[in-house]
Amino acid sequence: MLDKNGIARRIAKEIKDGYYVNLGIGIPTLVANYIPTGINVVLQSENGLLGMGPFPFEGEEDPDLINAGKQTITTLPGSSIFDSAMSFGMIRSQKIDLTILGAMEVSENGDIANWKIPGKMVKGMGGAMDLVASAKNIIVAMQHINKVGESKLLPKCTLPLTGVNCIKKIVTELAVLDVLPEGGFRLIERAPGVSVDFIKQSTSGKLFTEADVKEMELN
Amino acid sequence: MINKKVADAHEAIRDIEDGKTVMLGGFGLCGIPENCIAALVKKGIKDLTCISNNAGVDDFGIGLLLKTRQVKKMISSYVGENAEFERQLLSGELEVELIPQGTLATRCMAAGYGMPAIFTPAGVGTEVAEGKETRIFEGKEYLMEYAFDADFALVKAWKGDTAGNLIFRSTSRNFNPVMAMAGKITIAEVEILVEPGELDPDHIHTPGVYVHRIFQGSAYEKRIEQRTVRTQD
Repeated sequence: MLDKNGIARRIAKEIKDGYYVNLGIGIPTLVANYIPTGINVVLQSENGLLGMGPFPFEGEEDPDLINAGKQTITTLPGSSIFDSAMSFGMIRSQKIDLTILGAMEVSENGDIANWKIPGKMVKGMGGAMDLVASAKNIIVAMQHINKVGESKLLPKCTLPLTGVNCIKKIVTELAVLDVLPEGGFRLIERAPGVSVDFIKQSTSGKLFTEADVKEMELN
Repeated sequence: MINKKVADAHEAIRDIEDGKTVMLGGFGLCGIPENCIAALVKKGIKDLTCISNNAGVDDFGIGLLLKTRQVKKMISSYVGENAEFERQLLSGELEVELIPQGTLATRCMAAGYGMPAIFTPAGVGTEVAEGKETRIFEGKEYLMEYAFDADFALVKAWKGDTAGNLIFRSTSRNFNPVMAMAGKITIAEVEILVEPGELDPDHIHTPGVYVHRIFQGSAYEKRIEQRTVRTQD
């Protein structure tokens, strides 16, 4: 079973040379730490920055320079700054190659819920609805099961939706899965030490498995 | 040059009255019009509809206006950092419309470009789409979203001149340029106010035509919401 950093490490393997990538808050942010060396990747922060650098050294924080998680960051040689309308313009027009974001639930037809728990949590969708509606390539980083062992990979989402029919790949603490165009999850890889049977038990949506499912290799 | 300079925030907001719709620039606490917010709190104007990406934190930014119950309605994309906001929302004291961040920015842009509406795929099939007109373009569904109609836009820039031209600094730009274009009356507060001719026309982000009043702000706190650093190795 993977921890949060393990999920981030596995997702990082999906990032290719020349990609512009938007990383969401939470586990997706950790992916930046595991981008393979020797490839050129530009991170977009939707508050208006391409070319997000690492956190500043202590004493060098700039209150005018933050990422979408409101964390102090730095720019890099070649970075650019723009306004919020242009930021979502490049997202809608699919200039961003890969979007990595978290989810509370994903359904077997690729619906995602990650912004609201009615009566409990009202934080808002931020840029998530724009991202999932337009991105050509989305990877969801999420927990496969909740604290009491219930599946978050469902036949149908129970929470208010962020987007419909948009998720194609999921990485969890247990597995890598594709969402099939005709509906259902297909098990691609299992996490180290996790059995196919346990993944089957932990997936309440329709799951397709091959006889032999390979174990993940991490960077 | 037409001179847009006013003395301070109090003069700039002189005609903002109860019940008006006000846009406020900024992302989190980055690039917020601190002086104008303080002046609104001091003046005690009520029943405001505020359009802003976030709602500040409990004791800073728009949070100050929430604390004094001056806001009737918030239109935002993300309000996660404000406990008082969440309390007023869950208790029904505050009306809130949560909309996707790109939709928020683009509805500002539409107003500034003189377009009545835009089509966006954000929110299709979700509760955001309820009651909205949709159109199919090349097999994909889009929501029609209207340009904002705001009485005032309050924005923060780094530098400006008395003709109203603005230059923003780093990611404090965010929503400020599009909101500056969208207000019926746009008020800009700047850290550095200079005379016409001192800014290179090629470097202007917001042309002065969009700005009705400008003043040099004072005592900027520029609070950092999440101070993240790395250690020297």
